[in-house]
Amino acid sequence: MSTVSTPTQIAPTPGYHPSRIDGLREQHGRLAWLLVLTGLVVLAAGCFLSWSYDPEILGNLSISFNPGSLQLFMLTAAVLALVYALAYRGPLRGLGVWIDSAKALMVLGIGALGFMAITLAVVAVTSSGLINIDPGGWVSLVGSLVLAVGGSLLERRPTKDTLHAQLPAWVEIGTIVVLMAMLLFGAAYALGQTDGNIFGLFLVFVVAVAWSLFAAGFFTWLGIVAQRHRRVLMLGAFAVAFLFPFTQNGSDANMSIATQVLIFAATALGLNIVVGLAGLLDLGYIAFLGAGAYTAATLSTSAFATIGWKPPFLVVVLLGAIVAATLGLIIGTPTLRVSGDYLAIVTLAFGEIFRLSMSNLDGNNGPDLTHGPNGIPAIPDLQIGSFNFGDEHTILGFSLGRFANYYFVLLVLALVIITVFSRLNNSRIGRGWVAIREDEKAAEAMGVNVFGLKLFAFASGAFLAGMAGTVKAHQDVSVTPDQYVFLESAFLLAAVVLGGMGTVAGVFIGATILKLLPEKLRFISDYRLLIFGVLLVLMMRVRPEGIIASQRRQLEFHEEDEALAERIEEVHLEEEAQT
Amino acid sequence: MTAMLEVTDLQVAYGKIEAVKKITFSVDEGQVVTLIGTNGAGKTTTLRTISGLLRPTGGSIRFQGKPIQTTPAHEIVSLGIAHSPEGRRIFPRLTVEENLLLGSFSRKDTANIKGDLQAAYDLFPILRERAKQPAGTFSGGEQQMLAMGRAMMCRPKLLMLDEPSMGLSPLMMKRIMSTVRTLREQGTTILLVEQNAQAALRLADKGYVLEVGSIVLQGTGQELLASDDVRKAYLGED
Repeated sequence: MSTVSTPTQIAPTPGYHPSRIDGLREQHGRLAWLLVLTGLVVLAAGCFLSWSYDPEILGNLSISFNPGSLQLFMLTAAVLALVYALAYRGPLRGLGVWIDSAKALMVLGIGALGFMAITLAVVAVTSSGLINIDPGGWVSLVGSLVLAVGGSLLERRPTKDTLHAQLPAWVEIGTIVVLMAMLLFGAAYALGQTDGNIFGLFLVFVVAVAWSLFAAGFFTWLGIVAQRHRRVLMLGAFAVAFLFPFTQNGSDANMSIATQVLIFAATALGLNIVVGLAGLLDLGYIAFLGAGAYTAATLSTSAFATIGWKPPFLVVVLLGAIVAATLGLIIGTPTLRVSGDYLAIVTLAFGEIFRLSMSNLDGNNGPDLTHGPNGIPAIPDLQIGSFNFGDEHTILGFSLGRFANYYFVLLVLALVIITVFSRLNNSRIGRGWVAIREDEKAAEAMGVNVFGLKLFAFASGAFLAGMAGTVKAHQDVSVTPDQYVFLESAFLLAAVVLGGMGTVAGVFIGATILKLLPEKLRFISDYRLLIFGVLLVLMMRVRPEGIIASQRRQLEFHEEDEALAERIEEVHLEEEAQT
Repeated sequence: MTAMLEVTDLQVAYGKIEAVKKITFSVDEGQVVTLIGTNGAGKTTTLRTISGLLRPTGGSIRFQGKPIQTTPAHEIVSLGIAHSPEGRRIFPRLTVEENLLLGSFSRKDTANIKGDLQAAYDLFPILRERAKQPAGTFSGGEQQMLAMGRAMMCRPKLLMLDEPSMGLSPLMMKRIMSTVRTLREQGTTILLVEQNAQAALRLADKGYVLEVGSIVLQGTGQELLASDDVRKAYLGED
């Protein structure tokens, strides 16, 4: 980023409206900046003092000049605030041309204030009384308050579009690598927390920092950089995912959650083909996962398996996928001629029919294929060659438990699904799906085989879910009908919508949020449906296109936004210039 | 010489309502043929039936000698019939270029598509200028140009245009009509449906007048322009 700013290049930030508070901001610009500096120094100073009298609470926050983990979070926030402040006025002005440091400081201040307030509340509640809060806590609280006030009084400046930021490639790639490393260690740290309060506060901290970076415009830039170095990003993400089990010291507690997240994400990615690419609403998608799982269970070497044939596992994976895809074709052929609400209802019914069939194929009503509600238990662990997935293995001094073994298989599976997904998305078929989603009649007039492509979306989505199901059967040890209730389909759909329809990264983020939070925040598990409901409603209100949105989707929800349309044009031109 | 498109005794119904009642017409290769008539005369229904979006209840449609009344829509496009639908139906959230490429969706000869993209841009230079812009930001006239360019992307033998002048300014309408003329000179056969009878008939080699689902009058463009009935009913003259 160059330090020279030419005024002609500066365009007002989209959505920027001058208001009465701007006058105030102009008058007190310098004062506000000093307030920010004071706030962050006080916040940081408080972190070196004791926050709590009781060392048992929230890790140990009771020793002065030896910050505990929560205090380190706030120190990090203070350092970030310092960077923003110096970008606003001072030696980092060159950076300040590109980022909206005033807004970022305000958001970060508010986030820190929230963090401090919750922390002090937790201290007061768990140790019965405000008296147990040590002065350091109050100091940091006041510091964050001053920071928030200072940040909101800063004068907002228009910024340059980061699309035109020309940085050397190694800086961009370096940023990606650093972020990936932070992701790995952040995930390992978060999963290592047994204390739900610390985990929750860590999330608050992460959200506050991420939000302030978002406000600064960092993620817009990151999105462009990610486009530019897509290979590096993919490789980095995969490396992080691959290295994750090595951070767990053979412990299965977190790996079990991680495998669940992966199965869930892989299935959601299959659903994303149907919903995100072809635009067909499927409310019974979990049935395809179930079809794969039941296929694997009945063909397994479990004593309760009902089919005598025991093919090798790779054959089972293929068979499970084919069974699921066939079901997809069977349900799709008559129903894909209806669309919208009707299709949703039909698929919902299909999901229930699948579950009820599985509970009734117990020998009393028809053949005994599934043992009815009892399901098929005691499915043995996978065994490929001499490698048993149930045993603990030691590789290069790192011990990897049962779930870590499955994790690697699922990772490979996820990679396959991602590859299939993005190949389809960028192909002629993908273009046909887009056309169908946008305007079915026009697509038909263009020569798009609407029915055929819809059916193909249905079958290929089902195929991928079936594959995931075969691994799930072995990892879960037993397969029962009640694992495949409607609620699971709803959660899959929520993961897709929350994360961002039609994107890979978004769906992974959505799936992680939906699976990880209830596991780690046990104290909210009774209210998890309520919380997800609220979350979805908020999401639809604030960012209907999902956490990570493809730009076409953004246009769908902000059709009147001409600035966005112009931006899309610019991004397209930029992409073309690079190829 | 047999006609490129032969429609014989075509009947189309929406439920019990007969929209097209046994119409017969033909389009010869290289000709511009127009169907004119008021709202609800059955013009759009006829086009939608030819392109396979609707199924006829009776009669036959032959394209280059082969019956196509039961062929699925996407195969009809592959045979070489392009349909620029009423109301343009462009994809507003896709870029101009993506729209155009969708026009070539049915083609197998992918190598030639790039060249045809340039041909479409040459036909309408404004599309080249705005190739990367989402098409929804276009004015009505520009969208019509895009719809026509998109239809040309499948290298049609027969181009069917449904009300290309709808909702356009007189100036833009002239521009569109002159493009239709250019396309004919380049050898494209065109079936043109219009409410603007005068503009359509001036261009047309042959014209048919539809009234509530039946052809009531036919002749060359010049004959129809001169006909008293047409002048009274469609050209607003006494």
